[in-house]
Amino acid sequence: MIPDQLQHQIPALIVLTPLVLGLITALIGRRGLGWWIAMLASLLVFAGSIQLLIDVMHSGTYTVSYLMGNWPVPYGIEYRIDPLNGGVLCTVALISAAVTLFARRSVASEVSRDRLHFFYAVWLFCQTGLLGITITGDAFNLYVLLEISSLATYTLVAMGKGRDRRALTAAINYLVLGTIGASFILLGIGFLYMVTGTLNMMDMAERLDAIYITWGTAEPQYQKTVLTGFAFLFVGVSLKLALFPLHTWLPNAYTYAPAAVSALLAATATKVGAYISIRFIYTIVGTDAAFRGAIPTHVFIMVSAGMAILLGSYLAIKQDNVKKILAYSSIAQIGYIALGFALDNKNGLTAAVIHIFNHALTKGGMFMALGVVAYRLGNTRLQDLRGLGRKLPVSMGAFTAGGLGLIGVPLTAGFVSKWYLVTGAIEAGRYEMAAIVLVGSLLAVVYVWRVVETIYFGKRDEGAPNVQEAPITMLVPMLLLIGASIYFGVDANTTSWIAEAAAETLLGVQP
Amino acid sequence: MKDLVVLRVVARWNIPFMVVFGLYVQTHGELGPGGGFQAGVIIAAGFLLYGMIFGAQELRRIIPRWVTDIAAACGVLIYAGVGFWAMGNGYEFLDHAALNPANPGGAEPWGMTLVEYGVGLTVAAVMITIFNEITEGTAPEDEPVNKDYDNPTEMDLPRR
Repeated sequence: MIPDQLQHQIPALIVLTPLVLGLITALIGRRGLGWWIAMLASLLVFAGSIQLLIDVMHSGTYTVSYLMGNWPVPYGIEYRIDPLNGGVLCTVALISAAVTLFARRSVASEVSRDRLHFFYAVWLFCQTGLLGITITGDAFNLYVLLEISSLATYTLVAMGKGRDRRALTAAINYLVLGTIGASFILLGIGFLYMVTGTLNMMDMAERLDAIYITWGTAEPQYQKTVLTGFAFLFVGVSLKLALFPLHTWLPNAYTYAPAAVSALLAATATKVGAYISIRFIYTIVGTDAAFRGAIPTHVFIMVSAGMAILLGSYLAIKQDNVKKILAYSSIAQIGYIALGFALDNKNGLTAAVIHIFNHALTKGGMFMALGVVAYRLGNTRLQDLRGLGRKLPVSMGAFTAGGLGLIGVPLTAGFVSKWYLVTGAIEAGRYEMAAIVLVGSLLAVVYVWRVVETIYFGKRDEGAPNVQEAPITMLVPMLLLIGASIYFGVDANTTSWIAEAAAETLLGVQP
Repeated sequence: MKDLVVLRVVARWNIPFMVVFGLYVQTHGELGPGGGFQAGVIIAAGFLLYGMIFGAQELRRIIPRWVTDIAAACGVLIYAGVGFWAMGNGYEFLDHAALNPANPGGAEPWGMTLVEYGVGLTVAAVMITIFNEITEGTAPEDEPVNKDYDNPTEMDLPRR
């Protein structure tokens, strides 16, 4: 067992481990030590976050709180973990650990040797930011950590320039849009701070509740300020989340980044964005002001989500680069998550939370499979994948299994989330949304089949170079994630237990 | 610019005072106006003035790149180290009461002072790194210079 003292410090250690080890990597990471330190940090964080989630689920109140510097709650920074961010934390930590294992060979083939230790330092800073956003209970702290993760992400995307110079324009494009998004988030937090005078999320929520009482009276105090703040926040987070039509940075950033970075970003960065939206809408601003107030935000989100599902899937069908197919598919999958939390009922929220996890597993594994292709072939154009099914049976098998998960075939994790989503949509009386989810799945069949057909039934060109299966360190994490996505499709008890607990705490239902 | 005697002398006389003033802001910071960030910027400004007058390569000679790299990381590690010290003694991260449990109020300035030294070190190192990154390859001494003062080329004439 872990000593109580250590167990109590886990929330702080989860964020500090990658930060401090990242600095140490930058200092002494030369001569190939970088990867080992990064791997150590990821494993420690993963173990810590699992332990933390167990603590949260068995704590009775579903909360674990940690006070930075022992400052009491509204004054200092509080780390506050409930089932929602405990679950997202485990997702981020699991993906980070798996992708770090994958990264060793993959990154060494794409990033020059003398920059490897900087790569892993930035890699760990990116994890620090993502984990910190998820764990913190302080709105301004969230913004600071968002900046840390974003700056690290821009750098990581730009590291793809060794293979394709277009990584640089993709990174600049992402930097400009991401900075606009972050500024909007900062403005939004500023407006809410102006009204409430506090930055602690729970405290902010309580004070906003007191302010809402005045809205019904003749002089609605602060109504415009709160709504403006929320609007800024929502648009800013949607940029980070790549919700349609603010998704334009995503396809190029995912396509031209190094393979391991694509896997990490696709599986964690946008998921953390989804977490921020859920947290701000449900915990802080509250659905009464956000959805049923002067602006019916949920209708906007549903329209965006519907467009994301249909157009994202349609554009995925038209792409010639398999990485781009997956990038557009990610936009569609973000649509499902956004739709889930716009439905404003328990099944919808459960679908959003569970899909954050399930899609992270599936997409992380699929991007790793493409990483194997890039490692062996040097690119991921669709025509170069012809007949690879026989050459790379394990990777392409994993890719196909992941593709089935994207479609939502029964016995894959994608089915579980779509089941909750369609149930939630029907419960909310949104039959057109349920129909869009089903149409989106049919479109997913088309784009997945297009790749699968090329892989298994295409003929390899005559003089094409002979390729063999990837090294074991690349196969293990890929199979781990894809295997987990199938396992959690067959036995969804654990994931739905956590997701339903998260939905209940968000909606204020007593379990 | 090192050929201009006024600039050279003024810089020589000013830089020590800038660094000392930076150290004053640093040591004064934990309870009054000032602190690590401002001190770091002031100290770095002294070095940057040196770099601007005597050339970026001269600055890199007295503070090589590896020194600023290590200093930047060490500053953050000092900050985190103070927090870890508290953790190791059974307090929350960065709870400065751990430094002197008998008198927590008295320990607070100690903790802040240590943390601010870390901040100052990192800020000064990062400012110098930014200067180095900007000037790398563009410093005047990197370009061919016409030493024949009687026949100045267009490049040597002052820009209007």
